[in-house]
Parts: sequence; C-alpha cells; structure tokens
Amino acid sequence: MLMMVLKRLATTIPSLIGVVIVTFLLTRALPGDPAAYFAGAAATPQAVEEVRKQLGLDQPLPLQFVRYVGDLAQGDLGTSLTTGQRVSADIAARLPASAELTLLGLLFSLSIAVPLGVFAALKPGSLIDHACRVIATAGVSLPVFFTGLILVYVFYYLLGWAPAPLGRLDIFFSAPPTVTGFYLIDSLLAGDGEVFWAALKQLVLPVLTLGIFSIAPIARITRASMLAVLSSEFVRTARASGLAPSTVVITYALRNALLPVVTTLGMVFSFLLGANVLVEKVFAWPGIGSYAVEALIASDFAPVQGFVLTMAVLYVALNLMIDILYRVIDPRVRIEA
Amino acid sequence: MSDMTASQQTGFAAGLAHARYVLAANPVTGFAFGLFVLIVIAAAFGPYIVPYDPLASDTAAALQPPSAVHWFGTDQLGRDVFSRVIVATRLDFLIAVTSVVLVFLMGGLAGVAAGFFGGWTDRIFSRLADTIMAFPLFVLAMGIVAALGNEVENIVLATAIVNFPLYVRIARAEANVRRDAGYVQAARLSGNSEARILLGHILPNIMPIMVVQMSLTMGYAILNAAGLSFIGLGVRPPTPEWGILVAEGAGFMVSGEWWISFFPGLALMVAVFCFNLLGDGLRDIVDPQRRT
Repeated sequence: MLMMVLKRLATTIPSLIGVVIVTFLLTRALPGDPAAYFAGAAATPQAVEEVRKQLGLDQPLPLQFVRYVGDLAQGDLGTSLTTGQRVSADIAARLPASAELTLLGLLFSLSIAVPLGVFAALKPGSLIDHACRVIATAGVSLPVFFTGLILVYVFYYLLGWAPAPLGRLDIFFSAPPTVTGFYLIDSLLAGDGEVFWAALKQLVLPVLTLGIFSIAPIARITRASMLAVLSSEFVRTARASGLAPSTVVITYALRNALLPVVTTLGMVFSFLLGANVLVEKVFAWPGIGSYAVEALIASDFAPVQGFVLTMAVLYVALNLMIDILYRVIDPRVRIEA
Repeated sequence: MSDMTASQQTGFAAGLAHARYVLAANPVTGFAFGLFVLIVIAAAFGPYIVPYDPLASDTAAALQPPSAVHWFGTDQLGRDVFSRVIVATRLDFLIAVTSVVLVFLMGGLAGVAAGFFGGWTDRIFSRLADTIMAFPLFVLAMGIVAALGNEVENIVLATAIVNFPLYVRIARAEANVRRDAGYVQAARLSGNSEARILLGHILPNIMPIMVVQMSLTMGYAILNAAGLSFIGLGVRPPTPEWGILVAEGAGFMVSGEWWISFFPGLALMVAVFCFNLLGDGLRDIVDPQRRT
C-alpha cells in the first residue's frame, strides 16, 4: 500500500516540474520591463538597473529559473504591491475561505447528483431520467456567475431569505478565533452558535451556485456508469439469487458504479477551482480567487502568479488523492499496478 | 470516372438522408440549428438592425425596466440593453470562432502529427498537453491573459491554449488508428511523402470528428471568454460583450434592477446551450456509434 502511494507520488513529479516551468515562463512573459515596473513610475534609470540586479533579471534565463525555483523552495512567492504583504502569507490567510466554499459546494452537488443519476438509471425513460438529461445539458450551459446573480436576486432581493452577498460574515459578527480557518468549524469549536448560523447563512448561496454548476457532469457520469453496471452479469446474478432490490442497487451496483464517478472528480475539481474565482467575485468572498482578481485589476502580478501556482499545486495534489482513493476502492487496479 | 461521381453522389445523398433521419428523430438538433442561424444573423447584421446606438447614453432614461420602447430596459447610463446584447453577439461569436479555429490549428495538427509519427513528436506534444492539464483550466487562462497583456487577442489565445490538450488527445487517437490503414500504405507505396500522407490522407479522414469537437468546444470557449471578461480581463468597457454586460449589471442585482445583467446572461446561456446541442446533433450525424 505504502509502495503504491510512493510510486503514484513519483508520477506527480513531472507534472509539478511542468507547472513550475509554465508559471516561470508566465512571470517572464510580463509585458514591458518587469524591473521598470517593480521600480515604480518615478524611478531613475539607475534605480531601475538596481532593481533589475536585485531581481536577478540581468542574468541569463536558465540562471533566473534556478533562482526562481530556489525562492519557491523557501515558499517565497514575492510581495504584493497592493497589500504590501508577502504573497505566500496572503494566500495562506485566504485559502481556508476558498476551501470551505469549494468543499461544501462539492459535497452539496454530490448529495444531489449521485441520487439523481442513480434514479435516472433505475428508470430509463421516466420523468426523472428526462429531468436528469435536461439538467445535465442545461447545467453545462449555465455561466456560473450568472447563476450566482440570479440566486442573489431571487433569494436576497425578492424573498429576503438570504443575507447580502458581501463576504463570509455579516459585519455585526466578528470572526471566530482561527483554528482551522473554516468559520463553520471554528465557530462550533468556540461554542458560538450565533456565529455558526451567520456563517452558514452567508455560505448557502455561493455553495448552491458552485453546486448547481457541478451537478451536471457528476449526474451524467453516475447515470451512465450505473446503467452499465445494472446491465452486467453480476447484478443479474444477484437479482436472480433473490436479494432485496435495495441490496442489489446499493451494495452491488452503486459501489461499482461509483468508480468512474471518482475518476470524473478530477475534471470536476478543475471546473470547480476555476468557477470558484467567478463565484468569489459575485459574492465578494474573501478567498484566493477574489485576491487574484483584485490583484489583476491593479496590475499587481506577483499575487496572480502565486495564485496560479497555488491552484495548480492544489489541483495536482487533489488528483493524486483521487487516484489513491480510486486504488483503495478498487482492488483490481492495485493488483495490476 | 462517371462511376465514381455516381457513387460519390449516392454517398452524398445517403449522408443527406441520414442527416434528415437524425434531424427527424431528434427535433432538438433542428431547433439548435435554427438558433445557430439566428446567432449568426445577429453577429453579422447586429449593428445595423438594433434600434439604438449601443454606446449612446441617455441619463434621462437611466435604469428603466423592460418596456415597449426598451425591450430589455436601460442600464445606469440610459443605454439600451437590447441593442447592447445584440451588438455584443459579434464580438463573442468572433472570439469563440477564432479561438476554436486556432486550437484546431495548434492542437489538431500537433495531435495528428503525434499519432502519425509517434516517437519524439508524440512524447513532446503529449507531455505539453499533460502539463497544461495539470492546471485548473480557467485559472491557467487567467494567468496567461495576465502575463501576455490585457487584450482581446490574448483572451482568444488563452482560450485556445486551455483547449489544446483535448484536441491533441482526440486527433492523436484518431491518427494513431489510421497510421497503417490500407489507404495510407497504398499512398506510401505510390511514393507520397509522409507529410503529404498526413495532410492529404489522414487529416481529411479525421475532419468530421474534429468538426464535431470544434462545435462542442464553441460553447466552452464562449463561457471561458465571458468569464474572463466578467472578472475584468480582455474586453474593456464600454465595448459591449456578454461577460462585461453581466458584470456591469451585477451591482444592480441587489437593488432589484435585474434586467441589466439578466438579458446578456440569458443570451450567453442560450448561445452556449445552442452550441452544445448542435455539437451533440452533429456527432449523431457524423459518428452514430457514439450516440448516447
């Protein structure tokens, strides 16, 4: 088991090297002269030269790359011009907000999409099957920022059920003491029920937005793989042996049908991490996505590069976890590996 | 010679009959095609048929809800939302088409070469595709536009780059199964160069599958470009573009002026929906086995 994990870990190394090379090239492809940019508008030519030396930009590209990797190894992503903080510190402070949102969004869409796909597969051609197909096609056509705005209009302006789309917590509340950075968990740890409710209320709409967006691919793949499994011989045998329908569907079919779903999660995460940026912008969510967007608008490039790199590393790590999970669930893959 | 034209004609007639059969069995594809024609008309003639100048502000008529005068209402500067949405079609459509053609030229050709030649060509392009796939795609597109500069051309390029792996994979797989097909060997024996076989024999044969893929990617390309301009990249106000139009109205959603964001968002959704349906329909015609 440990060997398998280590082997799989080794295969992520080329991806990580690729990611680092691409982010390095993106930093160096900045329009204009980065030294002049970092020195500021009023800098003298000597000052620009000074900054160039300081940043190592007077050296050949391979040496710059070595320096870049060295900085990365120390967790140094540069300094943000707008916040004046180290980018790594900014990102670390804002990551929990994004993670809480993304994970809850995924959880929500799994809890809707998997049953939907299963029922659609159990009764092909039924109303729920058609509903599943419509949702799957319409879902991929929905611009995630548009869904978010519609939800805000309906649930905040028209019905008044949801709080204003302005961040993680209403201004009347103060954030719970940071333990995990997840407000829901932290507020429970602090025993503060009011803050828990307030944080939960703020979370509902953005989580719904992200969830609706990812229901489509998950429901589609669940339906397809459930259909395939239900027509297989072991399910027929289980049925013929007189097992209860629920046992056949849940214990026999679903467990096998979930394998392709787990594989699809990698693609779903790619969408989710991107959609996160848009959702954070709509709901003024103080996560790393809105951090990157604010920096982009202020032409502050270090945070954007740090954000792209962080997201890519996270994504590689998530794919690794999915792969290991897959091998844990499916013993056949383990034997072949 | 006359035999050949006859058989070609029957082939064409059979294809047409098959297309008609698929359209009849699936009216949704016909509907999507009708929508597509509408979008093309709006893209081609939009600026000439709209009732108002999309950039002309009229503060006296600001923030009016939809009415007979302003079908989609007016925004905070009194600009007619209907005119802006229709005029925006051209830019969004052009961004999507150019980025899809670009990714076909890059990814499609790279993939065909990788599948046909194998070896180092294959290793280089596949590794490149894997590296791109290691990023969440929208995030990579953001990074590319941020690095190359905040221009519409770079939105097109970024959208093409994030789709690159998909095209490489499909084209590679299709070229790979055909590299030693009978007609390829025949072409080789008749003294055709490898490049000529690749471009003249393999590529035309995988074109139908690539066209389906291009149609399916159109929707994603529009969403990607609109998402980028929603967060303030690429297209700049006051240029009408669906993503920007939604962003401009976003602040008004909380105070009840829903129409400023709603109609451009709806246009975006309908366009993407249309391209997705059309892609599915085209696939049914071109590649009946993959029908789901």
